[in-house]
Amino acid sequence: MTSDSPPPLDFAQSPINQQLTPEQKVELFTQMVRIRRFEQAGLKHYQMGKIGGFLHLYIGQESVAVGTISLGGPDDHFITAYRDHGHALAVGMGMNECMAEMFGKQTGCSKGKGGSMHFFAPDKNYWGGHGIVAGQTPLGLGLAYGLKYLEKEGCCLCYLGDGAVNQGAFHESLNLAALFGIPVVFVIENNGYSMGTSQERSSSMSSCLAQRADAYGMDWDVINGSDIYEVRAKTYIAMERARKELKPSLIEIDTYRYYGHSIADANHKKYRTPEEIEHYKKNHDPISVFRQKLINEGVITEDQAAEINKAAAAEANAAVKFADESPAPTIADISTDIYWESDNQTPASQIGRHFFND
Amino acid sequence: MSRTLTYREALREGLDEELARDPNVVIMGEEVAQYNGAYKITEGLWKKWGSKRIVDTPISEAGFIGMGIGASMLGVRPVMELMFWSFHSVAFDQLVNNAACVRYMSGGLCNCPIVVRGPANGGTNVGATHSHIPEGLFAAFPGLKVCSPATPADAKGLIKSAIRDNDPVYFMENTLLYGKSGEVPDPADGDFVVPLGEAKITREGTDISLIAHGRSSIHALEAAQVLQDQHGISAEVLDLRSIRPLDQEAILATVRKTNRVVLVDESKPFGGVSAMVATLIQEHAFDYLDAPVKRVCSIDAPAIYSPHIEDEQLPNPRRIIEKVLSMA
Repeated sequence: MTSDSPPPLDFAQSPINQQLTPEQKVELFTQMVRIRRFEQAGLKHYQMGKIGGFLHLYIGQESVAVGTISLGGPDDHFITAYRDHGHALAVGMGMNECMAEMFGKQTGCSKGKGGSMHFFAPDKNYWGGHGIVAGQTPLGLGLAYGLKYLEKEGCCLCYLGDGAVNQGAFHESLNLAALFGIPVVFVIENNGYSMGTSQERSSSMSSCLAQRADAYGMDWDVINGSDIYEVRAKTYIAMERARKELKPSLIEIDTYRYYGHSIADANHKKYRTPEEIEHYKKNHDPISVFRQKLINEGVITEDQAAEINKAAAAEANAAVKFADESPAPTIADISTDIYWESDNQTPASQIGRHFFND
Repeated sequence: MSRTLTYREALREGLDEELARDPNVVIMGEEVAQYNGAYKITEGLWKKWGSKRIVDTPISEAGFIGMGIGASMLGVRPVMELMFWSFHSVAFDQLVNNAACVRYMSGGLCNCPIVVRGPANGGTNVGATHSHIPEGLFAAFPGLKVCSPATPADAKGLIKSAIRDNDPVYFMENTLLYGKSGEVPDPADGDFVVPLGEAKITREGTDISLIAHGRSSIHALEAAQVLQDQHGISAEVLDLRSIRPLDQEAILATVRKTNRVVLVDESKPFGGVSAMVATLIQEHAFDYLDAPVKRVCSIDAPAIYSPHIEDEQLPNPRRIIEKVLSMA
């Protein structure tokens, strides 16, 4: 930085952050720490063979889910892809039901039928948890379309990764959002890699992904994800634009994941250097950055931060115990939750054969 | 009192009645509003109901079908038109991974009360890309429901049931039936619906059963008349109407009655609807069969364009009659 550069904006001073009470700031910090501890417990038990399939960890990206979801009101909705644990905890889902889902247990949020990639809590306006890259983007558009149709003043935050920006369904969603004036905010969580392929090797115009919104006449912004104050300040503007003006936005939040695309991604230390990972952890970790800000502001002490960390770890351990001790689904459970009419034993479900088992 | 309506008019009347019954029903698709529908199913509905209820979309099937699925999770009830069911392939992820699976993957927390409707047929010389017949394909995904009406009355009665159903229903029509007329009950006589999962005997017979759906069931009726008039064979015709749920009891009842069966199915033979029906018959009515189950399907190739020959690739009365006579 040269001496005549303006100082960087202090997003702590933006109106939406000035409204935060010390307790609310501590809550934001606590939520981020809880997500990290939950994910670390998940990693440990995945490696112990307690969790099947894939495990896409959110570690390093916590400020995105916590910062954006903290802005949600009663008619704001959320939907994301398969890296969905952080958003789940941020909307208020419990560690127990989430951990149990990964353990494949009946007590899981999806009764053990969805797994790590498919957490849902419609009662908390959280609509998944979707496994196909960009497959959730038309759904997020549709949730926001539904809000508009039902004349609710709200918006949908539809999260996607940087790898999803090259899928056709996403571009169709951008066009429809702008064309129809849908209150959706598409949030690219740009962690730099679409699985093992860097942004430079996967996306044209790779210096900026959000700029693609220009092609659809849509507002866009780029956000430094290591600062939760900036995440909140800029996302709030996009949400207000959606809620008040019925205009969509595309925002790109620069972030980083410390682990592989999934834990099955054995190459994640080959397509990037250990120095790159260490640099981020040391200088841009959203939890460390925010902790230091809160200490500087006098909102929290080192000891209090350590206590929060300890409590989150204990909560995650308790969730592991709950998951481990919970019953597995039964074979009979395989055949429920397929048709609403059948689950509710309606007259329609009594007519004709719905299932074709031997 | 019945009136005579075309299949197209009956379908439109069903849509119109559901638009009136439930303010959350919204019709969306390519050219459905201002253009009045590529096949004029929705003609007049935009003028009557306006742009909120009847929505023209761009040619963007993955986008607008996914949008409808997302909206349905919040309680909107979209009825989406595919100009041709053949275009399912560009929206397949939404139709299968999202619509069919979201309830299951959420452990029953979500449901998806959508209807996707449009024509799914061959026989119009539009080549392989526009002539797919995916009833069997989509019925193979648990979580989806599929129906395929052959008559104006069934088109109206089934579309109303499909819209009221709280699960995704894929509704497969036929451009060659849109102009055909038939009796449809008068709305003044009450709410007319045909439940999903209920087949219908459209001709009684004693010697052989012809089991079909969609336009093939019309062909089966024509064949049955010729078989009676020229060969003295009494064929019973069962129109499945609904593919999933499927009226297994009606299938088994007609087989037990006649002891011989020809399945007529515009699907391709491998894994088509008739393949499932044949399995059910051999599982549950094997002892009633006096002959192997036979099928008349589309000839196993992509749909040919040539107007000189396409009708011979599809089931038609002549092919059905020949198949029946070969079993004598």
